[in-house]
Amino acid sequence: MKFKRAWSLLAAMTLGVGLLAGCSQGEKDGASGSKDSDEIKIGVNLELSGAVASYGTSEADGIQLAVDEINEDGGIDGKKIKLVKIDNKSDAAEATNAAIKLITQEQVVAIIGAATSGATVAQAQIANDNKTPLISPSGTSPTVTVNEKGDVNEFVFRTSFIDPFQGTVAANFAANDLGVKNVAIFSDNASDYSKGLASSFKEDFEKAGGKIVAEESYVAKDSDFRSTLTRIKSAKPEFIFIPGYYEEVGLIVKQAREMGIDVPLMGADGWDSPTLLDLAGADALNNTYTTNHYSSDDPDGAVKAFNDKFNEEYGKSPDAFNALGYDTVYLLKDAIERAGSVDSTKIKDALAETDGLDLVTGKYSVDENHHPIKSATILEYKDGEQVFNTKVNP
Amino acid sequence: MEWLQQLINGISLGSIYALIALGYTMVYGIIKLINFAHGEVFMIGAFIGYISITGWGLGFFPALLLSMAICAIIGVIIERIAYKRLRNATRIAALITAIGVSLLIQNGVIYFRGAQPAAYPDVFANKSFNLFGAQISTQAILILSVSVVLMLILQFIVHKTKIGKAMRAVSYDAEAAKLMGINVDNTISATFAIGSALAGAAGVIFGIYYTKIDPLMGVIPGLKAFVAAVLGGIGIIPGAVAGGLVLGVVETVVSALGFSLWRDAAAFIILILILIFKPSGIFGKNTREKV
Repeated sequence: MKFKRAWSLLAAMTLGVGLLAGCSQGEKDGASGSKDSDEIKIGVNLELSGAVASYGTSEADGIQLAVDEINEDGGIDGKKIKLVKIDNKSDAAEATNAAIKLITQEQVVAIIGAATSGATVAQAQIANDNKTPLISPSGTSPTVTVNEKGDVNEFVFRTSFIDPFQGTVAANFAANDLGVKNVAIFSDNASDYSKGLASSFKEDFEKAGGKIVAEESYVAKDSDFRSTLTRIKSAKPEFIFIPGYYEEVGLIVKQAREMGIDVPLMGADGWDSPTLLDLAGADALNNTYTTNHYSSDDPDGAVKAFNDKFNEEYGKSPDAFNALGYDTVYLLKDAIERAGSVDSTKIKDALAETDGLDLVTGKYSVDENHHPIKSATILEYKDGEQVFNTKVNP
Repeated sequence: MEWLQQLINGISLGSIYALIALGYTMVYGIIKLINFAHGEVFMIGAFIGYISITGWGLGFFPALLLSMAICAIIGVIIERIAYKRLRNATRIAALITAIGVSLLIQNGVIYFRGAQPAAYPDVFANKSFNLFGAQISTQAILILSVSVVLMLILQFIVHKTKIGKAMRAVSYDAEAAKLMGINVDNTISATFAIGSALAGAAGVIFGIYYTKIDPLMGVIPGLKAFVAAVLGGIGIIPGAVAGGLVLGVVETVVSALGFSLWRDAAAFIILILILIFKPSGIFGKNTREKV
């Protein structure tokens, strides 16, 4: 009962906001309002405190760096960017409130955030209803831009690639860069993330002419993978795709190497944790690869420039979230410039037409579902260190 | 030689189950208590081994012995605090207490160190060598030999020593044993001490062989060891060893046939089948209830 009441309250609130926004729309078109001033107001709705504060604060640092850069260079079409930051406390309801506040009170041109898929989905309806573009730097779930009915959230975009995309990238890397033909897949049956990656890997690898010789699964929290690995080994794969999380992957990698499986192993960003190294050991991790958003070792000029600037400003190497936050600002800047206006519908249209924009995390285009088509970085483990290997285009 | 490899995998897994099942079966044999906290003693053993290897720089054997000693003490403490006063209570009361102790230990460990996993260091240079086409690692050989030696020592204690004789007497008839001058309380404590020491050893071996340990690691192996004990005939020591090995091999075979998602289910299907068709277990004799 309580739950139902909360929902109807939320619905009523959203409706009210819609009405309010409708009213203010008329005023905005008049002489006053932020649109004619000499600055561009951009809302930032991020997890600055709470459970996933590390994502949000990292992105906020990247965003600030990009905005400072742009403003020093004279802004966008002569207008300076002004950030309005709100902390959504890693909470979906708070993120909703923050979005309402940014749109109705601050009248921002666009919103950047939130960092997680859940908190972004919570704002999607508000962004659509109020015709305000919303860009999530790092929401990787496909549902951020496409709702459960399969309709695209017109005003919602993202900077990061979606989860299954990493499967596609891994398939292309295995087929083209490593040149392997017969591969095995070992996925976590208890995780949608892992299953999604495994199925997109399979589809694209077979499309590229490869053959899946073994498909096995495990369940999170298992610790004995030797019997299944023995089975995989007897299928003689040249490469094994293991799209799981570091806790199990660490053990799988270790046990596979002990059993004499020397072929390249590959995973996705779920591998990215220092614990992986503890569990598997540096030796076992040699000849393994992962896909990720970004590597600070990338020799690309833009990445190096970003690295140096970030280092100078914050005194440390940027991580993937710093880079994604930074890129989100440039993605928005590009759209505003191409729209030639700060009208939110025009910005939305320009964002939807983004094609081949060079960003720190790779060349960025957007597809009809507002999923990015962009290159991913492949990292290789060498003696316990993650080393940049290559960038793969989709 | 895939099958030989799978057999090696199965026996390694099974010998860990067997070591844990021994403690279950001994405690059950002597006071008819299904000690669900046994899996948690196994977990504590793994952590003591981990701390003594990484924190205090001990080698494998000192760490193993230390872990066994501390687990023996913990086992006796659990028995004295939680189970002793329930000795004449209903069996369901004792069972529920055991589940409570198990949850208390799990959450206690999480409270003091957090729930994140820890990784065992490589204590041996882990070499693999080829046995008729199958890979067998030095670790696996060592684990098997430690398990076998511990089981032989246990067999010796139970059959050739005074305390073993007392344990057998108490398990046969505690009242009569008391009348014959056997200190029943001390005998029960000794049983808990020995069973818990074996669980502690299994914890260290598990850590070395499977690398990852965490505060909830005792739950599934604990249940599997229970299944192994029932399979072999609960209360019968050779039965626990056989049950553990059979269970390990069956699980491996299930995975080897491509049904890796069914391996846990297989263990419990075995439990159900054995309870339906031969509740006394493989080694159990059918005893007729006297009327």
